[in-house]
Amino acid sequence: MNDCVEDFRSRILERRPLRLRGGGSKDFYGGPLHGEVLDTRSHSGIIGYEPTELVITARCGTPLAEIESALAARRQSVACQPPLFGAASIGGVVAAGLSGPPRARTGSLRDSVLGVKLMDGEGRELNFGGQVIKNVAGFDVSRLIAGSLGTLGLILEVSLKVLPLPPADATLRFELPQDKALAALNQWAGQPLPLAASCWQAQVLTLRLAGAQAAVAAARRNLGGELVAEPEAAAFWAALREQTGSFFAGDAPLWRLSLPSVTPPLDLAGAVLIEWGGAQRWLRGDVDGASLRQLAAQAGGHATLFRGGEKSGGVFAPLTPALMEVHRRLKQSFDPYGVFNPGRLYPEF
Amino acid sequence: MSQAEHTAGAAPDVDASGRVALLAELAHALPAAALLASTEELKPYECDGLTAYRCLPWAVALPQSEEQVLAVLKVCHRRQVPVVVRGAGTGLSGGATPVAKGVVLSLARFMRILEIDPAARLARVQPGVRNLAISEAAAACGLYYAPDPSSQIACTIGGNIAENAGGVHCLKYGLTLHNVVKLRVALMSGEVMEIGSHALDDPGYDLLALMIGSEGMLGVVLEASVKLTPKPHTAQVVMASFDSVIEAGNAVAAIIAAGILPAGLEMMDKLATAAVEDFVHAGYDLTAAAILLAESDGIAEEVAEEIATMSALLQQNGARQLRISQSEAERLKYWAGRKAAFPAVGRITPDYLCMDGTIPRKHLAHVLTRIAELSEEFRLRCANVFHAGDGNLHPLIMFDARNPGETERAIAFGAKILELSVDVGGTITGEHGVGIEKVQQMCVQFSREELEAFHAVKAAFDPLALLNPGKAVPVPRHCSEYRLTGSAR
Ligand SMILES: Cc1cc2nc3c(=O)[nH]c(=O)nc-3n(C[C@H](O)[C@H](O)[C@H](O)COP(=O)(O)OP(=O)(O)OC[C@H]3O[C@@H](n4cnc5c(N)ncnc54)[C@H](O)[C@@H]3O)c2cc1C
Repeated sequence: MNDCVEDFRSRILERRPLRLRGGGSKDFYGGPLHGEVLDTRSHSGIIGYEPTELVITARCGTPLAEIESALAARRQSVACQPPLFGAASIGGVVAAGLSGPPRARTGSLRDSVLGVKLMDGEGRELNFGGQVIKNVAGFDVSRLIAGSLGTLGLILEVSLKVLPLPPADATLRFELPQDKALAALNQWAGQPLPLAASCWQAQVLTLRLAGAQAAVAAARRNLGGELVAEPEAAAFWAALREQTGSFFAGDAPLWRLSLPSVTPPLDLAGAVLIEWGGAQRWLRGDVDGASLRQLAAQAGGHATLFRGGEKSGGVFAPLTPALMEVHRRLKQSFDPYGVFNPGRLYPEF
Repeated sequence: MSQAEHTAGAAPDVDASGRVALLAELAHALPAAALLASTEELKPYECDGLTAYRCLPWAVALPQSEEQVLAVLKVCHRRQVPVVVRGAGTGLSGGATPVAKGVVLSLARFMRILEIDPAARLARVQPGVRNLAISEAAAACGLYYAPDPSSQIACTIGGNIAENAGGVHCLKYGLTLHNVVKLRVALMSGEVMEIGSHALDDPGYDLLALMIGSEGMLGVVLEASVKLTPKPHTAQVVMASFDSVIEAGNAVAAIIAAGILPAGLEMMDKLATAAVEDFVHAGYDLTAAAILLAESDGIAEEVAEEIATMSALLQQNGARQLRISQSEAERLKYWAGRKAAFPAVGRITPDYLCMDGTIPRKHLAHVLTRIAELSEEFRLRCANVFHAGDGNLHPLIMFDARNPGETERAIAFGAKILELSVDVGGTITGEHGVGIEKVQQMCVQFSREELEAFHAVKAAFDPLALLNPGKAVPVPRHCSEYRLTGSAR
């Protein structure tokens, strides 16, 4: 095991641009790829998992699938269900910081990060956070690393908080136009209901409930709708998580809009799919990125060119000069020689 | 206690002319009532909830508008005078302890709830708003702000954000970190930026994660948007007594292993229970070695089922008495004791130090045994309250600062407990922050390189290191000195 860490270190100390890569499931994501590949898959394996402590620790190259099956055996999970997109490694999952369908309910991937062991641009191994649920010693660098797209260092190990799987779930379907669906979702979210996930597309709102048996049964009675039977329901949510449904097929650019959930339907030129109670909206089509970004910003959110399309206009929404300056300084301190994933997050670094 | 040994580095040779010039500039920037400078006026600000450390600042600024805050920051920035932000001053690690030749910037007057948006389940508030005031304002909409530190009547959301405060319901509903979505922040330079949004994520690095828990060292929170949670239909708590803390610890593990995430899961040892019972008369079992409070919330059927399952597990693990709250009033009474644990202990001792390590729960028995031994060794009593669900342990070390040497002994005892927490794989602080109290133990938990990284993070926001200097992150050089004295590994 140590051999490959030493190998990583010597690659980093060469001070040439590196492209950190686990399963390669998210090669499509972020800015254009630069640098020689540093493959993390050799650094793999679960280091510690204690179900009663609600914590799992694994090396960066460990497949998410392996972690999920270890957790499932004890009826636990990484609550936000990050996408596997094929062969996702846990290092890549944390670096990308993507969350799956239950995010609005469970919190984000970042929310479940407890600790990270990082190798910085000087080849130093740094531990931030830890293996306990509550920890405020030092700045919360481990959660800063979540979603930083590998630009601050090589994630060697991660510790995540895990949660018990809900004992019961049910999927309901409603015929609703977009405005009515958004209104309903926001209204329900203000009530103590066991909402787990939602998906609106083509006039159909699909809702997942999860929690205690009694709570799910009561909510079903309350909300009405048409019950979707298993295994169809499970297949539906898996396809949404993995973006394998027809909405996500084909080559048209895929935009992701992250918005306040109460944002009314936006006038968008393309097919739309809405998740997270209204807070995550997907758009297919060759739209003008600049005006889409403006629309999202006006609503208090932002737009990402998630997959495909023309990346020269920037993948992620631009930052204000003041925020960019803080980003630049952070990047400079963790990666002074610009080794890690240059340009993957912003062209500036 | 005397100021002699535990001030935050006060120097007797006060740079009088620097102070006069600073006061003149501040007087220009602030209304007269918003600037305190006489010893008498400064005295109430000489410490926070960690009263063992005191220091008089040069001045206290109590601005009322954002312009005034920015003006104070700019004056201090230009003159390179350190600034310590202060909320309600209930912090227990000395985060708001003034620094000598510095200015305390109190945000106590920023008490406005700017907006409750029930549709979006968000509240937008000024930093000096008290934690409980948010829940009170949202109650009419069936919503509340979930993190509930026991100090929630007094502490401010700005202080909660700076410490990433937790509460007895955080196992299920998350810490401050999980419940704050957007901040308006002033940097030391006076520059203002917005971090986060009302969407669920933001482009770029997660600077919100850095800001929350940054102990007032990265920026001044001027405004915060926080998540509101729907109030559960009902809640019930079961109170169990145990003959040993080991059994109580096992019962906690059994509940978690059964796939239950209780709304609250708290433990008190015998000494804490006695102090609390005397104070609130909740009817706690005074003969038990430990009592456990386990709460369930949700719809009535769900709660009934969960309480039944938990009761069975508690009994299987040796609970010798169980009581289930039969009304909302009774439920609140059971919690009142737990929430009043610190002041209750404060009644039975002239002074106390509250420790805050988090440990992997499986080491609870070992840690408590060791604390009992240390208690003998240092000849100081120690009561323990424990956020059992998430492993966050609060030993309360009792002492009398009037007795020569006792404060030092209490601090040394506390340091041992912190090191013990790190030794078993935990952390020196779960929710109260490092402040000045635990700054040396940071050397035990972190390497020189890691501390350097923290300094670099600070410099990205505050290059001149003027915001709350000397707190939370030690200078690596001081760590070598600390290690040399043999206290650290
Ligand atoms: C009896 C008692 C019980 C407690 N129980 C709990 C508990 O259950 N859980 C828990 O987590 N804590 C608890 N605490 C500790 C304390 O109440 C919390 O740390 C609280 O968050 C501090 O809030 P404050 O407004 O008093 O902040 P202060 O003590 O005034 O300041 C704390 C820190 O916040 C910084 N700060 C304050 N406002 C701002 C701002 N606007 N911008 C930037 N920085 C700022 C200060 O510089 C300082 O570093 C308890 C304390 C007491 C006395």
